[in-house]
Order: sequence, then structure tokens, then C-alpha cells
Amino acid sequence: MKKFTAIIAAGLMFTLTACGGAGGGSADAAKKSEGVMTYAEYDAAAVDAPVVIETYVQAKQSWWENQATLYTQDPDGAYFIYNAVCPKDLYDKLTPGTKIKVTGYKTEWSGEFEVAEGASIEIEEGKYTAKALEATDLLGTDDLIKHQNQLVSFKGLTVADKGDGKAFLYNWDGSGEPGSDLYFDVTVGSGTYTLTVESYLCDKDSEVYKAVEGLQVGDTIDAEGFLYWYEGPNPHITKVTKR
Amino acid sequence: MKKRYGRWLLTGLLAVSLLLTGCHGRRAPEDFCMPENFDPDVGTYNLVFWAKNDTNKDQTAVYDKAIRDFEALYPNIHIQMRLYTDYGRIYDDVITNLQTGTTPNICISYPDHIATYMTGTGAIVPMTELAADPEYGLGGAALRFDAPTLDEIDPSFLEECRIKGELIALPYMRSTECCYVNRDLVEALGYTLPDILTWDFVWEVSEAAAATRGADGIFSLNKQQVLLPFIYKSTDNMLIQYLRQAGAPYSTSEGEVLLFNEQTRDFLSEIAIHTASGAFSTFKISGYPGNFLNAGQCIFAVDSTAGAAWMGHQAPHVDISPDRIVPFTLGVRPIPQLDPDHPVMISQGPSLCLFDKPDPQEVLASWLFLQFLLTDDIQIGYAQTEGYVPVTTRARSNPVYTDYLDSAGEDLTLHYQTKLDATDLLLAHTQDTFVTPVFNGSASVRNAAGTLIENTAKSVRRGAVIDDAYWSKLFSEVQSLYRLDSLSGVTLSDAAGTDTPLPAVSAGLLITLGLIWLCILIFFLREKLLPHNKT
Repeated sequence: MKKFTAIIAAGLMFTLTACGGAGGGSADAAKKSEGVMTYAEYDAAAVDAPVVIETYVQAKQSWWENQATLYTQDPDGAYFIYNAVCPKDLYDKLTPGTKIKVTGYKTEWSGEFEVAEGASIEIEEGKYTAKALEATDLLGTDDLIKHQNQLVSFKGLTVADKGDGKAFLYNWDGSGEPGSDLYFDVTVGSGTYTLTVESYLCDKDSEVYKAVEGLQVGDTIDAEGFLYWYEGPNPHITKVTKR
Repeated sequence: MKKRYGRWLLTGLLAVSLLLTGCHGRRAPEDFCMPENFDPDVGTYNLVFWAKNDTNKDQTAVYDKAIRDFEALYPNIHIQMRLYTDYGRIYDDVITNLQTGTTPNICISYPDHIATYMTGTGAIVPMTELAADPEYGLGGAALRFDAPTLDEIDPSFLEECRIKGELIALPYMRSTECCYVNRDLVEALGYTLPDILTWDFVWEVSEAAAATRGADGIFSLNKQQVLLPFIYKSTDNMLIQYLRQAGAPYSTSEGEVLLFNEQTRDFLSEIAIHTASGAFSTFKISGYPGNFLNAGQCIFAVDSTAGAAWMGHQAPHVDISPDRIVPFTLGVRPIPQLDPDHPVMISQGPSLCLFDKPDPQEVLASWLFLQFLLTDDIQIGYAQTEGYVPVTTRARSNPVYTDYLDSAGEDLTLHYQTKLDATDLLLAHTQDTFVTPVFNGSASVRNAAGTLIENTAKSVRRGAVIDDAYWSKLFSEVQSLYRLDSLSGVTLSDAAGTDTPLPAVSAGLLITLGLIWLCILIFFLREKLLPHNKT
């Protein structure tokens, strides 16, 4: 339990930051070292191709047995790093904005493009925190996927009925309990979209988790989070503001 | 939506189990003693139940009802449930809570995992004596509900839960794997779907499908850019079942690891060939087989029978948007076989274990609830949520259940045809199922089996050269990753209470303690015997 608690506690420090807001950027953040791909080159790389990228940690989702899952971004695009090799001491140093070099393979899992399990991470000099991209108008369009994994915001969303007058469900079908992922639907224009509070990223004690648990059908909200993909857009929401 | 739990949690299992192997003393199963008297109406019992569901609200509803009904019968016993959607997560939490003595009272787990729990302090309670008790045992006279007797639990399922003759758990639900087939695509390629698939047939059809990719990247077979003809969900099962079918060794009940053999290498070589052509992929590499199947992007999707409600274009549970679903004729078949006349498939599913507590009355109260989960209402109710089979013969012969089976296809929810086809498949092939030996570390061997296939497929996709040197390196790396060499000597006998050598750290500590006591003795004798120089 102690071990688990330590993991949670370590992750919590970062999670709390991740579940807050975003800061500023750096003019040099898009520059790449020799032998490192630009975002455009990464984007164009085929699935299963080797990739070497420099990027900036925006949030940490989880760490377990020397494997870390990270939301990262540079000024040109975002990279989801899945289960990279990462000792605990290295993981603890990954604060928001930390520049890292990641060497691994590109892969696609259920529509999510990411750096595959087993990649290596090195910390480099540099800092960059992404500002959320206003993506409300992109909802329901083919352009949304171009911003996959980026920190995005959606404005003026109306909380919809998730069934039986509920504003949210624990798990996708309501089979969970407090602490499970939260699913809630919002409408904007003529479209209805499902947003998720990923419990590994923002747990039940986080502000956003509590905020979503407090939502009522019909509330108008702004939301911010990472544009994760699972068989379609599946934003991992880190901040909700009730209007 | 399903979550990717399985993808990252499994990696942590082995290391934790091996750490515990060296860190904890044993708690002999004999520790629990059946209390002479028990009155469930005296005192209050607050019990914790860790339950597993398949992210399925119907299953949580069955649990909720079970708790309500049980508490109505035993008003002084209260059940607090914690829900999990992944066995790996339960395992991790049990392991961490073993260290602090905060385990639940009742827990759903795999027998592989329960064998590891037995190495921890506050370990599980063996059930042989409990089950046989005339008052509170299975079907006992003092029970306030109609529980099954031991004889009414399917003996093959019960056997999975025994270690050296001792019942360490009771089966809760059983499933197997099956192959969900897009029959239309098979026939479009000019083949006829047999009743029993062979590996040769599946590979041949998959290769034919992969070959329909045109220069424009579109597969003429499904007119899409994506076609993964054969996707396997649990690659550990894939290798384990193949080895069993081939009569090749995997492991022994004494904990000997035998899966790194010639037949494994031959099978991996075949998998490499079909991965290179695009005919084969896995859940970990590409995603849920059912999602590809429902999108018309997969022909053979192997998954649990307990995943049947996610299979098919009219499935009750679907994870892809409606515009991506392609209607097709679905066939449910046993997993591919080497000898279609003698099909062989794995038996799997959740079991129930009981954790020891200082108060034997509390353990007995927990045992009552555990038994209650085997009563007909719960067995039938839970089995109906997916392609599960009740573990008791009395539930299976209950008219409610037989009517359920007879009503296949009457609707797209409770009587969803594919779900009932999957259930029928297991019922028809229960005698053809097998389980792998359970011992402390068997979960690691299972993970290693899956990793062999996953790494082979990943290496091929990444352009690695697959030759003799590759296989040697792969075998060596996987053995090292899961520390399989160190499993020798760590067998079920450890958990079952026989003597084993002490870990080096413990031995060192005991030697140090001995030396300290020796020094104290010498000092004491010196003080007593030598003349004192009083000043």
C-alpha cells in the first residue's frame, strides 16, 4: 500500500498542476537538435518507424514499474508517450514544461498516434508550457484530428443528459463508482460530444473531477484538456469552468 | 468505452510477485480454525468485497442485488463493495494491501494470482474444511439460503481452484476464448467456413485477405484502407493453447518453466511470417479485435466468450461510432485448432477467495457471502450479462437458465444471439477445456508467453531480421524480464506450507540476531564470572 501511495502521491503533485491551467511558451522551443525530427517529420513518419523527438512534458498520466505515460507538446504539435522506460527518480524530475528527448517507435492504437511502449527518455535543457488551443469550432470536423494530443479548450458547452437525468456517469455506461473515469456529454451547435475525466490523470481528489461531479444537466461550461483519441476524439479533460 | 488497463498493468505483475516471494514470511493455511459456535445475529460484521466487472453496468447490478438480498437474510452482516474492471488492478491492490494487513474479506481473482497471495501475511483461507462443514459449509443446514453443494460445482472448474488437494478458491464464472468470424468476408474470398477452424485455414484465409491490398492502399476485399484479417486479444492464451494442442510443454505444477522450446519457436516463426504480410496483429499492437470486426476490418477476431456482447454490428455494446459499423454475418467458432477432431481450449474466468482475519467469526461471515454468490439467482444473473457459464450444475439446470438458452436471438439485448452462441460453445466444449498449472510465479510465465508473441510481432513490424540469433536473444530477454530462472524452487509447496530455504536477507538477519545474542551471553558470563574491580 505504501508503495502505491508513494506512486499516487508523486503523481498527484504533477496531476494537480496538470489539472489546473497552462502557462506560456518559448521562442526557441520549436528548435530541434541534430538528428531530431521536427513535428512535421514525426507526423509524416509511418507507423512502426523509429522516431527521435524533442518535446515538453505537459502532464503525467501514470508511472508504474519504471514505465511512464506522458502528455507532451512542442509549439508545432503534440506527442503522447505511452509507457516509456522511466525510472522513478527520472519521473520525479518531469515537471510541467520539462524538455525531454524521446527515442522509440511511432505506433497507432485505436486511432491514437503515439510513441510506443518501451521508448527511452532523456531530460534536456529547456522549458515550454503549451497554451490551450481554442478548438470549439473544430468539433465534429475532419480538422480536429490534426490537433491530436494537444492541449485544447472548448467554450460554451451545454451539459447534456447522460441518461436518467444524470450529468455524468462513472465509466462509460455507469458501471463504475467514485474514482472511476467520468464520462459526460456536452452539446455545442447541433453536435453532442463525450468528454472524459481520465482518473489516472486527474483522480477523484482533483478539482476537475469534483467539478464534473457537481455538474447539472443544462449547465454551460468551458472545458480544457488533452485531445486524446480512442476510436475517435476522446478528450481527457483537466479543467472545467462553470459559467 | 473500454479502457486500456490491460496494456499497462500487466507489466507490473511479475515484479511485484517476485518481490513478495522474497520479502514475506508464510502464513500457513492451517491458521484459520473453524469457530465452534457462530451466530450471525450476534455482533455486527462489516465486510469488504472486491469485485470485478467487465465495464458492464448489468454486472454491477447483479452484485448490488446480491448484496441487498444477502443483507436482508443476514441483517448484521454488511457488505461494502469496491468495483474493479481489471484483474491486474485487483492483483496489484491485493499485493500492496497484504503488506499492511488491509486486504478485503472476499475478493474476485484469477487462481494464478491467488497462488501468489498465499505467500503473503494475512493470506487467504483455504476452503476445504469450510466447504465440508455440515452447518455452514456448501449447502449446510444452518444456511438461510439455498446454496449449492460441493458436488454441484462443476468438477473441472473446481479443480482449477485446488493446490495440492486444498481448495484455495471457488470458481465464480467461467468462460473460454472463441473466434468471432466475419463469414461474409471468408466467403467473398471463396472459402467455406468450417465448424472447427484450423490454424492452417485461418492463416490461409488471412493471407488471401491481406493479398487483396491494391496499389492505392485500398483492400479490394472490404474496400477500406484498413484490414487486419486475424487479431488475437490475449496472446498469452494464444501461445498457451497452441502448445497444449501441439502436445508441447509449457510449465509443470512444480513451477518448472518449459515454454522456451522448439515448438514455441516454430509457432513464433509462423506468426512472424503472417505479421510481415499484414495478415496478423494483436490487441496490444492495434486495438480491440471487436472494434475492427464491427468495422468490417477484421475476419477472425479471437477474444473471450465473455466479450461476446461487444461482437457484431448489432451488439448491445459497441465502442465505435455508428457510421463506422459495417453489417456482416457473424459466426462463432472455437479457437483455431491443430486437430479439429479433438478441439482443445483454455478455461478461464473469475474465482472467489477469502482472506484470513484475526476474528474467525468475521471469516465465517465472509464465507457465507461467498457461498451466496454461488446461488442460482446470482449465477444465472451474472452469466446472462456476457458469454459466461454458471459454475454450478444446479444453476445450469434451472428452468430460468434453460429458458434463457432456448431463447437465443429473440432480442438484441438479453438474448443476443452471438452472446448465447458463445455460451453454447463453452457448454458444448467444457470437456475440451484445460487450465495451466497454478503456482507462485505462474502469472509471470503466462505474461512471458504473451510477450514472446507481442515482441515477435513488434520486431517484424519494425523491420528486424528474424533469424536464429533473434530467437536466442528474444528467449533470453523474456526469461530475464520475468526472472523466470529464479522461479525454480519457488513452487506451490511454498504457498502450501512446506519448508523452503529462507531468503538470503532473512537468513542474514537471523544470523546477525544470533550473533547479538551470543555477544550478550558472553558479556553476561564475563560480568558474572570475572572478578569485579570495585572502586
